[in-house]
Amino acid sequence: MDYDIVIGMEIHAELATKSKIFCSCSTEFGAEENTHACPVCLGLPGVLPVINEKVVEYAARAGLALNCEIANFSKMDRKNYFYPDLPKAYQTSQFDLPICTGGTVEIDVDGETKPIGITRIHIEEDAGKLLHESADGTLVDTNRCGVPLIEIVTEPDITSAEEAKIFAEKIRNTLEYTGVSDCKMEEGSIRFDVNLSVKPKGSDTLGTRTEMKNLNSFRALERAIQYEARRQITELKKGHPIIQETRKWDDTKGVSSSLRSKEEAHDYRYFPEPDLVPIVLTDEQIQKFRDELPELPEQKRARYIKEYNLPEYDAGVLTSSKDTARFFEETVALIDKPKAVSNWLMVEIPPHLKEAEITINELPFEPKDLAELIAMIEDGTISGKIAKKVLTEMFKGEKAPKAIVEEKGWAQMSDASELEGIIEKIVEENPKSVADIASGNEKAYGFLTGQVMKATKGQANPKLANEIIRKKVKEKIG
Amino acid sequence: MKISKDEVKYVAGLARISFDEDEIDKLQSELSAVLEYADALNKVDTEGVAPTEHILPIKNVFRKDEAKESLPLEEVFKNAPDTEAGGFKVPKVIE
Repeated sequence: MDYDIVIGMEIHAELATKSKIFCSCSTEFGAEENTHACPVCLGLPGVLPVINEKVVEYAARAGLALNCEIANFSKMDRKNYFYPDLPKAYQTSQFDLPICTGGTVEIDVDGETKPIGITRIHIEEDAGKLLHESADGTLVDTNRCGVPLIEIVTEPDITSAEEAKIFAEKIRNTLEYTGVSDCKMEEGSIRFDVNLSVKPKGSDTLGTRTEMKNLNSFRALERAIQYEARRQITELKKGHPIIQETRKWDDTKGVSSSLRSKEEAHDYRYFPEPDLVPIVLTDEQIQKFRDELPELPEQKRARYIKEYNLPEYDAGVLTSSKDTARFFEETVALIDKPKAVSNWLMVEIPPHLKEAEITINELPFEPKDLAELIAMIEDGTISGKIAKKVLTEMFKGEKAPKAIVEEKGWAQMSDASELEGIIEKIVEENPKSVADIASGNEKAYGFLTGQVMKATKGQANPKLANEIIRKKVKEKIG
Repeated sequence: MKISKDEVKYVAGLARISFDEDEIDKLQSELSAVLEYADALNKVDTEGVAPTEHILPIKNVFRKDEAKESLPLEEVFKNAPDTEAGGFKVPKVIE
């Protein structure tokens, strides 16, 4: 029997605010333990939390970018549970009146567009971090307590690991573009929870679901889903029931294991947070947020295809990150060769970034330098091959491409008389190639060109060299 | 009684409080009395009355997004029963 996979996701994203959600402690990552803490985020009695206005704005902007309805009236609630990472013993969240509801995100799967429903987006605070490095206890770091989050909840519209990954990447891009979250995976600022069940193909009845929390990379997300779907199908085929539970994904071992049974359902006893007053947004304010939305990835992609005549693939790659798109646009503004700029950004630059372990934002050169490099290829000063060597040099230091070419003496040999001498000698030395050409084997031209490039260390202007080779061979054949 | 003994025990469990049987009997009648008192509200005709989402007639109290100094570490730990290596120390939590 074949099975359908049914997946709903919850995505937690840290908002890019400077201060926490209800107090003025910094949200900066990587501080010493418990140095970003105050009576409010420590949950001491008698404090009065006040919501950060940017949190409301960012949540509304995220909702608009994901095609949600923004509520005119929403409020905060207390979600009660005991855990040491939560000093207040409740998490301030939103229950029945979240700030955003009913959105859609379209993803491209195998050339087809598929809508994924967004059930809701709500505002909440993050919990602290538990450190398990003490021999006889657990240590709590409260720096992350009260860092603002949005939780994006989807409809169970996702049907494969691949779709989940594409969807998650799209959400990450959108949040990054709108500037509401920096989405740094390595700092845990975006995390994925997966609810997954399987059912006989075509059946209308949903199977029992399991939950996997806090997957923090696209790869972990994809692998965890593949594993869990396979596990559930194997269990069902053996006639075993699926137990509703939370499972923990071990990314190193590539397996998941049961964490706690959900049979004893959580009873969070939500109630309205009396210390925080309702959030009321007027239609005018919501419209203003909408008007201020930046160009989103799919709009940008469509524009790149239309305005720059780029292939769909290029447009997709360039717009997959806000920073790559920015670099592309700034470079194209200086040199009107969109396809060439695209090739450098898609093909030549990424391996260097990977090697240096830096992002495009940390490049040691600027759009004007890339434009200068491309201009030198265009005007014949250097060949494409030499340009790649120049790029390697550009990654090493702060020199501009022109200075590098000058210093290294890499400018192309475009002096016909100088080239003629070299080529005449090569033609003399390779009578076999000349004979091959005479008998109709044009491929031998390639060999001669190679010899010329070798003799000139790749600096011969290829177009000019070709012309001279053909002239000299013809003279020889007569 | 508006509330059963089992419900009293369940609520006590959620609050991590333990009671003996006598206390549970007492709480059952006290909590039942509270719920019966609140039942009076059900007699009011609320047709056409908007639900009360929040008890205060105030809205939109916001803070500017400005990061300020946090508490010095010794203040943070002033009420902590135990600390280690810059962390609050609690009994071992097994994930």
